[in-house]
Amino acid sequence: MDTAAVEVVDLVKRYGTTTAVTDLTFTARRGAVTALLGPNGAGKTSTIEICEGFRRADGGRVRVLGMDPVADASALKPRVGVMPQSGGVPTGARAGEWLRLMASFHARPIDPDLLLERLGLTSAAATPFRRLSGGQQQRLSLACAVVGRPELVFLDEPTAGLDPQARMATWDLVASLRAAGVAVILTTHHMDEAERLADHVIVVDRGSVVAEGSPRELTGERREVRFAAAEPLDAEALRAALPEGSRVGSATAVGGGHEYVISTDDPDALGPEFLATVTAWCASAGILAEDLRVRRRTLEDVFLELTGRELRD
Amino acid sequence: MTEHTSSTPAAALVGRSADGDADLFRPDPGAAPTWRMVAAQAGMELRIMLRHGEQFLLTMVIPVLLLVGFSLTSVLDVGGGARVDALTPGVLALAVMSTSFTGLAIGTGFERRYGVLKRLGATPLSRFGLLAAKTLAVLGVQAIQVTVLCVVGLLLGWSPSLDPVGAVAVLALLLLATAAFSSLALLMAGTLRAEATLAGANLVYVLMLGMGGVLFPTSSFPGPLEQAVSVLPITALTSGLRTVLVDGSLPGIAAFAVLAVWAAVGALLASRLFRWE
Repeated sequence: MDTAAVEVVDLVKRYGTTTAVTDLTFTARRGAVTALLGPNGAGKTSTIEICEGFRRADGGRVRVLGMDPVADASALKPRVGVMPQSGGVPTGARAGEWLRLMASFHARPIDPDLLLERLGLTSAAATPFRRLSGGQQQRLSLACAVVGRPELVFLDEPTAGLDPQARMATWDLVASLRAAGVAVILTTHHMDEAERLADHVIVVDRGSVVAEGSPRELTGERREVRFAAAEPLDAEALRAALPEGSRVGSATAVGGGHEYVISTDDPDALGPEFLATVTAWCASAGILAEDLRVRRRTLEDVFLELTGRELRD
Repeated sequence: MTEHTSSTPAAALVGRSADGDADLFRPDPGAAPTWRMVAAQAGMELRIMLRHGEQFLLTMVIPVLLLVGFSLTSVLDVGGGARVDALTPGVLALAVMSTSFTGLAIGTGFERRYGVLKRLGATPLSRFGLLAAKTLAVLGVQAIQVTVLCVVGLLLGWSPSLDPVGAVAVLALLLLATAAFSSLALLMAGTLRAEATLAGANLVYVLMLGMGGVLFPTSSFPGPLEQAVSVLPITALTSGLRTVLVDGSLPGIAAFAVLAVWAAVGALLASRLFRWE
């Protein structure tokens, strides 16, 4: 049990002239939740599908539970659960019978009825797949991934398109899997999901890893001050009033006002006095700082810093 | 079915202690025995086939209507002898083709499109197991079709000439034809888009219905056309079945050979060209 759940070294995947994955390297521990976090088109699904044995790598080395995902596929399949991004179920199959079918492929499956209940699908058990709501289809797919009591599950965007309740139920199930010692590898572009669920976050952009660590390590201990102002202020003058190493950033706030973010490299600097300096400066400049708050940086801040704010195709 | 009608709303599950489920999800992987996987998958395939409205129309309703309609009316010249005796072998052949070719091609084409084949590829069920399950389901539907059509035919006064050797020949023809049609269906479903498979499989069904000697023997065709259609699997099947069930003699080796060649070529191409997604 000392091998990693998944080990990816210098992975390369090309589609024609497009390189989807470039020298991507990461390790996912057993019994832990690892999140591949990145914008659309970052190479997350390509990476996960290579680990699942669906696609072949063009370069690099992939080991899943210490084995080769293609050459050792038949040994791996009973041990690994897979939830694809969408589909995977015949449109005419009923939710309950499909889950029972998936269970029948395994030696000691979880009771399908128990799993349906756990995911709020009991009343949908007799409904054909095509008549399930998007959220119900996602949860059925999740149930199918875990019904065989796998050691490792791959969840490709498990909460895409879910309403808040279904999303919470999915998060709850991932937490249960982790508590039971199942290794979970999920892809997401929701920062809060990665922050909340993952032991280890791998930020992927343009096919390679741009940062990794626990959510805490990634966000660090740094705090920042945010406030909004109706009129633009002299950011340079504000910065000059603050201690050395402070930065003042600005962004257009929702509703058209001006949003300011003050951060500092020195984690100890941002204390009560710092806040007093900011409000005093605003008072002297005749500016009302609205929605003033001190907060820890979120993974979203880190993510946007790393991957940039411009929209992608 | 909407979210809020669920008997166990997702919201009620939020906040459940993760540790309480540790036993439920504790890893204990293992594949089921192959026979159990194949049986379960075959049952699933069979239920989906029987439940599918358009497929039921194609595999059951149309053959029964053709048999009853053309037996009771004299709209169509079916050749000499009792009408039902002449019609039943051809309609049996049509029924076999509708399941093992048209139905299988369309069903598999859409399974491929919706990622079902890919998803099944991630389960312990092997590709061989999936193929075996599909074969069993096709044979199951065909058994139902043959039973229904034989009962309808007998009710209409069908009196086949059938001895034990003839029965073996009929069974061999049906199985060989199923192999040929199935491999062609998988070749089509595994290489074309789902919509193209849908259109193509239906077109082939109609063409075979018209040209394959289903409703009347191809001996009524002009010589060159009769020669040309005699190499089609449906013609080999219909003429072979007629030889046994109408004439009471054994079909020549040609009928078996045509079906065997189609089966071999289809299987070879399908195994080379089939794309799972």
